[in-house]
Formats: sequence, structure tokens, C-alpha cells
Amino acid sequence: MTLALIVLLPLLGSVLPLLTDRRGRSLCALATMLAPISGLVLLWQHVPAVFAGETVVQSWPWLARIGLNLSFRLDGLGFLFALMIMGIGLLVILYARYYLSKNDPMGRFFAYLLLFMAAMLGIVLSENLLLMMFFWELTSLSSFLLIGYWSHSTDARKGARMALAVTGGGGLALLGGVLLLGQIVGSYELTDVLASGDIIRAHALYPVVLVLVLLGVFTKSAQFPFHFWLPHAMAAPTPVSAYLHSATMVKAGVFLLARLYPALSDTDLWFFLVSVTGMATLLIGACTALFKHDLKGLLAYSTISHLGLITLLFGLDTQLAAVAAVFHIINHATFKASLFMAAGIIDHETGTRDMRRINGLWRYMPHTATLAMVAASAMAGVPLLNGFLSKEMFFTETLQQEQFGNYSWIIPLVATLAGVFSVAYSLRFVHDVFFNGKPVNLPKYPPHEPPRYMKVPVEILVALCLLVGLVPAYTVASLLAVAASATLGGELPEYSLSMWHGFNLPLMMSIVALVAGVLVYATRRRVFDWYDQLPEIDGKLIFERAVQALVRGAGQFTLLLENASLQRYVAWMLIAALTVTGFWLVRLPTLRGSVALTPVDGVTFVGALILVVAAIATACWHRRRLVALIMLSVVGLMVALTFARFSAPDLALTQLSVEMVTIILMMLALFFLPRSSPAESSHARRIRDVGLAGLAGLLVGGLSLAVLTRPYETIAGFFLENSYTGGGGTNVVNVILVDFRGFDTLGEISVLAIAGVGIYALIDGLRLRIPDTDSFGRQWARDPHPLLLVNLSRLILPLALMVSVYIFLRGHNLPGGGFIAGLITAVALILQYVANGEQWTSKRWGINYHYLAGAGVIVAGLTGLGSWAFGYPFLTSAFDYFHVPLVGEIELATAMLFDLGVYLTVVGATLLILTNMGKLSGTRSAREVL
Amino acid sequence: MELLYASMLGLLTMSGVYLLLRARTFPVVVGLTLISYAVNLFLFAMGRLNTGMPAVLGQASEYSDPLPQALVLTAIVIGFAMTAFALVLALRAQGELDSDHVDGKGDQG
Repeated sequence: MTLALIVLLPLLGSVLPLLTDRRGRSLCALATMLAPISGLVLLWQHVPAVFAGETVVQSWPWLARIGLNLSFRLDGLGFLFALMIMGIGLLVILYARYYLSKNDPMGRFFAYLLLFMAAMLGIVLSENLLLMMFFWELTSLSSFLLIGYWSHSTDARKGARMALAVTGGGGLALLGGVLLLGQIVGSYELTDVLASGDIIRAHALYPVVLVLVLLGVFTKSAQFPFHFWLPHAMAAPTPVSAYLHSATMVKAGVFLLARLYPALSDTDLWFFLVSVTGMATLLIGACTALFKHDLKGLLAYSTISHLGLITLLFGLDTQLAAVAAVFHIINHATFKASLFMAAGIIDHETGTRDMRRINGLWRYMPHTATLAMVAASAMAGVPLLNGFLSKEMFFTETLQQEQFGNYSWIIPLVATLAGVFSVAYSLRFVHDVFFNGKPVNLPKYPPHEPPRYMKVPVEILVALCLLVGLVPAYTVASLLAVAASATLGGELPEYSLSMWHGFNLPLMMSIVALVAGVLVYATRRRVFDWYDQLPEIDGKLIFERAVQALVRGAGQFTLLLENASLQRYVAWMLIAALTVTGFWLVRLPTLRGSVALTPVDGVTFVGALILVVAAIATACWHRRRLVALIMLSVVGLMVALTFARFSAPDLALTQLSVEMVTIILMMLALFFLPRSSPAESSHARRIRDVGLAGLAGLLVGGLSLAVLTRPYETIAGFFLENSYTGGGGTNVVNVILVDFRGFDTLGEISVLAIAGVGIYALIDGLRLRIPDTDSFGRQWARDPHPLLLVNLSRLILPLALMVSVYIFLRGHNLPGGGFIAGLITAVALILQYVANGEQWTSKRWGINYHYLAGAGVIVAGLTGLGSWAFGYPFLTSAFDYFHVPLVGEIELATAMLFDLGVYLTVVGATLLILTNMGKLSGTRSAREVL
Repeated sequence: MELLYASMLGLLTMSGVYLLLRARTFPVVVGLTLISYAVNLFLFAMGRLNTGMPAVLGQASEYSDPLPQALVLTAIVIGFAMTAFALVLALRAQGELDSDHVDGKGDQG
């Protein structure tokens, strides 16, 4: 439980800063600190187990069938990272309290920060790889929010987008790798994956897995050639850089290298891919860093270079190199976070980060200068500091390699060269900023020391650099040992953390790097001039151009398909449907199946003829819209008769009543629309359309014939057998609707109600011009409500309502039911509206159809829930028979209650649609439409 | 009978599709209605064409397949809601744009 809680706490805690935002900045920061502090306390409880070399695993099954479990794991490596994430997180929160200005929304910042912290903790504490992927993506998302925190700045938005695109793309690749890994191992649990290293390496897909995982790692950890996003992410507020871009986010990549080290390493492919990438990144990062005039730019490239160093160490693929890599992860986090914070202080106090302007700050802020100088020396690898120790280990390891054959000397050479540049840029950071003359044209002058507590986080980190550098055995040794042994899967090689190993080759390399670095910096004018005349390759520009080209291409492609012409979309859809279905239809050996045709009788033939003629007439006369509408109603009536002819009385009744409502609705709409369509299709277009329509007709006809003449298998037997015994009704269609498939019906009436409300929303506020004359140019009748119709309709209403009650009640056993009864009621009421006008009827009827439709869905839903109360599954129906005097034997079923819900929804939704359409013109004109 | 039914469906679909390809809202809605008739009849026919065999127990010795019928019943009602929605959309377009074109062109053409 505690492990899940460690991850969950910052997630829950992210609400606190938002709540306390208005109550002062210090309180807000304190509230933010609650989560990491309690997380650290929880983590502390596991110290004995972890330092005894145990792996704590806590697991809850989640979606076990796809291998996704809520399982967490804490071992040395996870412990080290969790400690860094929460520890440095706390320092960053304290620092940000003073860094953010009064205008920045602090609550939002801290909420994002805690979200990110939760995601990071999730990565390092996940036992399940799929779960880890989830947190991995969450870090990309939350870092997007953090980098783009100053969303008013274009740089911040672009930088955030680039970081998201690159790391998100890498995440996609990683997901592929993880899925393959899970397929190979048969489990996504890390314990299983780490134990199956041999199986993975021997698998044919191993290269694919490795490349995909490494793509994720390299994009996240800003390895060449994906490094370009990191410098642009420097548009983030400095606390974000100190947190994400030194200790956490970019370390997620190398964390994964360490995590999967036992499973994926120890092959030539691993060695070449990882070490060459690491080497290139190490060198490119170190070189570029020297030439950056932006303080944070320098640190960003230095980070890239150090990440390359760690990657290279993992790539060297020896146990000692892995130990060195873990050690350097710790050291880099401490000195780089403190340097970022120092850079933020300088930026904060001078208003600029341009090293050509900030000079000679020693005089103004000696305290900060001292701290920054110690941290920068650690970065350069000066003895007595932590950076020196891991760098020595690194140099030693580069000398042990023979994988490149005769060219193996390249590795130590590159390492030394990178060392030279790293000394040079560290020196530049110190000398340019704190000495080197006087400040030039500072936006804030004179600069002074920052608030006292803003320096506390820097002091703590710098103290750690010193302590680790001076007395490693008493500070970092045991932590490093458990983390390294967890990385290596339990084994731990012999190594020594002491400073003095005698006068050997690695020490020589260090000395060369120091001396040459100072020399490079001394001749910097010439070096800078040389660099300036180099052609500039800006990854950002290339990326932006690629993005723009992609957007343009997508736009053109969209325009090709989507030109706002429905005709084109329909044509495309038809062609697609015709191709897909037609392909299989023409492959049938014979269109006609084996079943013999049944004979045609004369009445049916005439009926079919009427239907077809009316349908074609609708199409032919579509420009005279009223005529087309009348023809359409003929088709609808014939469809109802077709249902009746072929043994579907329920369908016939439904079709008949829907038909009436539809035609009334269309006539209403036609009132506002033009009465006729102009002839505007070209001859060629009409021929094309007839061709397409003919093909579609052929397809549907052919398909129907093919199905109808083939043998028939059905599951109807089940429904017919169980309808009476299980559902208590003899009308099987109705029993299916309200009982067997009741859940479908519930969804369906919900859709109906939603459609009603949607139509209401569409009509609300709509004003339409009312035409003065009908389609023949005649004035509208003066009396919109003829007396005969008014009187007849009032006479019919009670009769119609009684019929609908009858149809409703008998529905379970004879054709009828909620749908049909609802439609009949709706038709009867609509007649009142037509005859008497909308206002007159609404006043007397006085029912809100929104409520009616909603009540219907609720009644049906509650009926379903009711079965829970008796311990049955949702929508189980119950029924019994009662004898009522005079009426006789009647049956009461809960299904009937459900059907009542259907009835209410149908009435409500139908009238909601029709009355709102009828009301359309009411507010504008005295004349009513209905 | 099957041949008659199939040709009826074919011609019904053809008329509907032709209307669906017109450039104005109203014919499109009419076409949509025709097509939904055809689709309902098609789905219904999946239970085969039976004469005098309603799926009401005790009314006949044999019964037609009730399942397609139940599905089509809800389809008819949903089809009505869809037609109504398309119509109102057409009205809204008429109100907002003062045009009933669906071909992406204005009233000038």
C-alpha cells in the first residue's frame, strides 16, 4: 500500500496549492511540500528492507488479462530515484517560492510540479511495464505544461510543443518496445522481464525491441540526434529546468537504461547503439556548451553532454561502468540542479542570462558566486568534489574497452576531449559571470544577493557535492551500492570510491583535461571567432520546418477530401461501400442460392409496384418538393403494408405511426424552406449520380437476393421458447424489446431523448423568415384553424388516447407495446396542435416534454435497477398473473413498467421535437405555423 | 417473391441514393428517409419472407424470426429521430446562412 501511496500522494496533493493559492505564497509552498515530505516518510520505512538488498513488490490485479496490474516495486535503484525526485523536488519548491514573481499564478505552477512528481515517481516505482508506460507519457504531458507555463511567450509555447512532440514520439516507440517485450516474456512484470534476459536476447525480435526501447530512452534523455528539444525547453521557468532538466525528466531515459540493463544489455548491438550514441552526445554537447552565450543554454548543452556520458557508460557494458553510471546520475543531479538554481538567481537579480552582459558579479553577490563556483568545479571534475570521483571511474572504464578493435583508443580520446570542453565551459560559467570586468548594461542594476531562503536549496546541494567528494564512504557509498546492485540484478563488482588511486592513466587524462580546458578558455576569442563562421545547424529550425510542412500537407490532403460539399463526401462513402461490398458479392459463385423462390401473388406484386413507382416518382419530382413529399408518404405507407404482408404486425404499426409523424415534421420544415429546388445539376453530374445510385441499388438488390435464397440459420428458437416461460409474454417481439434485449432498448430511448433535447437546442433562438404565400403564390388561408378540424380533433382525442392505452396494455401478448402506444399518443396530441394551434394547446395541456422524456428514461432505468434490490442482475424482469373482477386474468410484469418508460420517452421526445418546430415562428409573428 | 422483394429494395435504394446526391437540404433528407426505409426492409428480410406467421405465441403453428423485427422496430424510431435531427439542422442552416445548399457553394450558382 505504501508504495502506491508514495505515487498517489503528489497526485492528490496537487489540489492543495490550488486551494491555498490565494492565502499567501509561503502557505502555498508549504502546502505543496506536504506530499513529498509524507512521501519521504513513507519511503523511509522501507530503508531497512532496501538496504538489506530486498525488492519490495506490492501488487493489485487490475486488467490482468492484458497483463496490466497495479503493481509497484521498490529496490535500490527505485529508492535512489525516488529519493532524488522527492528530495530535489522539495528544494525546488522552496526555491520556486522565491523565484516566481507576484504576477505568476503560483498555485497552478505547484499543481503542475506535483503532477509531474507523481508521474516521475510512477516511472521509477512501477513494477508493471505497462503501468510505467502510463507514467512515462504523463511525464511528457506534465512537462509540456511546465515548460509552457509562461504561455504568453512564443518561445515557451514552441519549446513546450517541441519537447512534447519529441518525447511523445519516443514514448510511442517505447510503447511498441514494451509491448513486444511483454509478448516475448509473457508478462509485463519487471521481475519476470529482468529474469528473462537470455530469452529476450535470443529472440528474433530482440533488435526491434532494443531499437524501439532505445528510441524512447534517447528522446527522453536528449541524446543525439534528438537532443535539440532540451535547449529550447529552457524557456521554462528556472525551477522547472533545475528539476526536470537536471535531476528527473531527462534522467527518466537513463533510468530506463539502468532498469532494463539486465534484460537488454550484454550484446554487440547494445554496445554499438548505446555507446556510439552516448559518445556523440557527450562530445557534441560539451563542444556546443562552450559557445552558448545564454547561461541556461550553456547548462542545457552541458546536461546533454553529461547524459551522453551516462549513456556511454551503460553502453560500455561492464559492471563497473554501470556502477559509474549510477554514481554519475547522483552527482550530476546534485551539481546541475544547484547550477540551474544559481543561474536562476542571477537571471532573477540581473534581469538577463546573456553572459556577454553579466560580468563581475563577484562584487555584488559573493555568496551566490562561491556556491556556483563550487558546483561548477564539480561539473568540471575538479578533485575533492563529487564530479571528480565519477569522472575518474568513467575515464578508467573507457580504457578497458576493446570492442572497437584497433580503434578502441577513440573512446578514451573522445572522453578526454569532452573533459577538456567541460573544463572550458565550466570555467567560462565562473569567469565570465563573476569576474571578467564589469556588468554591461544590465536591466536591473545594481544586482544584489537574493532572499536568504532562496539560497538554502543551493547551499544544501553544494554541501552534498562537497561531502560526497570528500568522504564518499560515509555519505553515498551504501546508497550507491544498493542502487548499483539493483541495476546489475543483484551482483556487485569490486570498486573503490577513494580519491587517490595512485598516479595512473585516468588521473593523467584528468590533468590533461584540466590544463587543456584552461588553455582553450584562455584562447577563447579565437575559438569563438572560429565557431561563429561555422554554418549554423539549428535543430529547432529543421523541426519547425518539418512541422509546418506536415501541417501544410495535412491541410492540402484535407482540402482534397473535405471541400464542404456533402455530395462529394457521400460519393466517396458510396464508392468505398460499393468497392468493399461489391468485391465480395462478385466473388460469389452464383448470386442465387439453393433455396427455391416462393410464388408471387397478384396483390403483393401490385403493392410492390406502387412502392417502386412512388419511390422513383419521389426521385424524379424532387424539385417540386411538396409533390415529392406526398410521393414519399406513399412509399412509407407501402413499407408499412410490406411489414404487415410478411408477418410483422408490430413493425407495420410502428411504421404507420412514425410515417405520420415524419410527414407532419417534413411539412413543417418545408414551410420555412424553399418550395422547389432549382435545376442546377449539370447533365454529366446527373448521369454520374444515376450511375452511382444504380450501382448502389444493384448492390442492395443483389445482396438481398443472395441472402434470401440461401439457407437460413437463426437463434430465434431461444426467444420463442423462453418468451412465455421466462418473459411472461406471448408477443415475442415485445418481450425481446423490454426483456431479453432491454438494455439495448434503454440505450435506444436514451438516444431518442437526447435527440429531442438536441433538436430543442438547435431550434432555440432560431429565427426564420415566414413566407407570405404558398408554393403556388397564393395567400395563406385566413383561418389557420378550420372549425371542422378543431371539433373533430377534440372528439378524436379521448378515443385515440384510449386506443393507445389498449395498445400499450396488450403489447406484451399481442402486437403493440410502449413504442407503438407512445407514437399513437403523440399523433393524437399533434393533431390537437395542428387543429388548435401551438399556444392554445400548450396552455391547456401544460406538460413539459423535456421532463416527460427524461422521466421515461428514468422510469426505465429505475426498473432495471430495481432488480438489483432483489439480488438479480440489471434489468431482470419478474411477472405474475392476477385475476381482476370484470376484466379477467391480467398479467403484471416489471417489464411493463419498463415499457411505460419507453412509452413516456417516445411521447416526450416526439412532442418535444414537433412542438418546438411548430413554435419556431411564434415569437415573431402573430400567425402560428401549427 | 424473393426476386420481387430484392428488386423492390434495389429500386428503393437507387431512388434514395440519387436524392442523397442532390445539392439541397430537402432532397437529401427525403433521400435519407427513402434509404432508411430500404435499410429497415433489408434488415427485416434477414428473418426471411414469411406469410401469416407473426411472432405471437399461440397465433399460428410456425413463427417468423422475432429478432430482426425487434431490431427493426427500434431502428424505425431511431430513424425518425435522425430524420428529425437532419431536418432541424437544415432549418438551422437556413436560418443562419440563409441558404439550403449542401454542395459547398453559395446561392450565387
